[in-house]
Amino acid sequence: MTAIAPGTTPSSSPRSSAARARLLRSLLPALSLALVLLAIAWLNPRAISYFGFSLMLNLAIPIALATIAQMFVIAGNELDLSIGTFVGFVGCVTATWLKDAPLLGVVVLLGSIGVYALLGALIHLRNLPSIVVTLGMSFVWQGLAILVLPKPGGKAPDWLLGLMAFKPPFIPFPIIAALVIAAVVHFGLMRTSYGVILRGSGGNPAALRRAGWSLLRTKIVLFALTGLFGVLSGMALIGITTSADANIGNGYTLLAIAGVILGGGEFVGGRVSPIGAVLGALTLALAASPLLTFMHIPPDWQVAANGAILIIVLAARVLISRRER
Amino acid sequence: MKKLLVLSALAAMLASGTALADTSGKKIAFSNNYAGNSWRQAMLDSYGIVTKKAVDDKVVGAADIFTTADKEVPTQAAQVQNLILQGYDAIVINAASPDALNGAIKQACDAGIVVVSFDGTVTEPCAYRVVVDFKDMGKQEVEQMAKFQPKGGNLLEIRGLAGTSIDDAIHAGILEGVAAHPEFKIVGSVTGDWDQTTAQKAVATILPSLPDIVGIVDQGGDGYGAAQAFAAAGKPRPTIIMGNRQDELKWWKEQKDKDGYQTWSASIAPGVSSLAFWVAQQVLDGRTDIPHDLLVPYLAFTQDDFEAALPKIKEGGVATHEYTQEDALAAIKANIK
Repeated sequence: MTAIAPGTTPSSSPRSSAARARLLRSLLPALSLALVLLAIAWLNPRAISYFGFSLMLNLAIPIALATIAQMFVIAGNELDLSIGTFVGFVGCVTATWLKDAPLLGVVVLLGSIGVYALLGALIHLRNLPSIVVTLGMSFVWQGLAILVLPKPGGKAPDWLLGLMAFKPPFIPFPIIAALVIAAVVHFGLMRTSYGVILRGSGGNPAALRRAGWSLLRTKIVLFALTGLFGVLSGMALIGITTSADANIGNGYTLLAIAGVILGGGEFVGGRVSPIGAVLGALTLALAASPLLTFMHIPPDWQVAANGAILIIVLAARVLISRRER
Repeated sequence: MKKLLVLSALAAMLASGTALADTSGKKIAFSNNYAGNSWRQAMLDSYGIVTKKAVDDKVVGAADIFTTADKEVPTQAAQVQNLILQGYDAIVINAASPDALNGAIKQACDAGIVVVSFDGTVTEPCAYRVVVDFKDMGKQEVEQMAKFQPKGGNLLEIRGLAGTSIDDAIHAGILEGVAAHPEFKIVGSVTGDWDQTTAQKAVATILPSLPDIVGIVDQGGDGYGAAQAFAAAGKPRPTIIMGNRQDELKWWKEQKDKDGYQTWSASIAPGVSSLAFWVAQQVLDGRTDIPHDLLVPYLAFTQDDFEAALPKIKEGGVATHEYTQEDALAAIKANIK
């Protein structure tokens, strides 16, 4: 951000407050995560340990991956309502074909990424609302998942189980995984020139078109990336649960959207933040379950309390972005 | 004789004494994935009543209930992991999926936590499963039907929620019963989803195409709906097996008062949650002879005793039975062969 010397003209004062708000906005995901962690440490000190973080955060990895997947679509001003059932479908394929017939499994998973790319093309070429197309696709993925795995079961491939149960020294695996995901996506989307084009396709598509870039291609790339991270999310999830269920990912659709927004993203304008999205996903995963369990809320109120925590966390984010305007 | 009495009293004292001594500091958590229907509410109520008394009597240190916000598997897996971190000694669980929670269940076992599943059981071998003998319940329905309709005839079957293990087991039991009673023939089958409204619609739809029906075998939660469908169509009232729901037993009583109508009622008691609690307590108490798969009886009412149970059931609720520690010990004993 530009530093403003003190004593400049009064007109610069709103600008400096906007800069402050922007800084606050980029810090907010980290702040909310720190707050949730503090609350957990206060309620249950045992949780703040190598073992505790491994347990509390390992289910946050698939959520973080699904959030990144959603983030790519949102970067292009679209919304994916099928990511949850897609993760479930990938999970079912992972627990069946990827183990028993690895080649078939890999082909199916790559094919599903291809389907995502085609969806991107379809949405762009026919100018369809992505909400409608992906809502329809959510039923397709769910149906396919039930076809692949009619009743709960299957087993994750051994290499995947080994990977997700990996115990590195000193730093718990979920934290390393979150750092790697955030770093890779941040570099790709925020630091490369094509990353700028991808974000620009959501920020100012008209300018990009005039500059000669293919919007069809950016849309295809964004949707394919969503498919890719959806596949990673489903595989990570099955690596943790060890076995699949056709409904296993259904809750991820809304969690992923909330994670992107909590992480500082906007629904329109190509404004997204990969690091924020990962932090947002971790915050949501921690706020929704460990915090709630440690608070000892009477059972009748637990479901409502879960919603209340999400609303409080997201409301803080909205308040700050309003100050920015 | 007197000596035997003294001995047994001593044994009873010893048994309760060890339970008091060994588990009074233990904490048992209940992980539940859904609370949105009358059966689940009754399940939570029963569990609350029994565990509150157990905590007050200092049998266990704490027994907390945790319900997840949605029915999703990952949410419950995360919940189980948090319960591990909370330092609970045992987890009683009604699971969202028989297989997909196995990773978290295994982590709990590895952390030295006793896991007891019921109703929605888990397949992970280290956990205990409290299973109701649904197959026998289905078979018994036909046995009872043979008493009320000795001449036999056509039966209509109402199935439960498709794809669940419970529906499979009851259906298999009914088929077995019909095989043993060739005087009965199942001439139609509809899906009632354990729900009166769904069952009423399904029965009303199939009714015109059916020959005369002498009896209905079903899965509970669907008997009253079936009765309504027959009444609306003006067809003669068959013998409908009931499922312990308050509206079903109330209808039964009305019919009985009118003309001595006879039938039988059975279902899984939501209070089986309290049995799972006692199993966890017993394992914590150091018992190692408890089988990991426990088969427990279903709750049945006959012509003679259903009226006594009816006033105790809440409007729109379902009959239940809270297990005491003695009931649980007896149930465990019946499973040790």
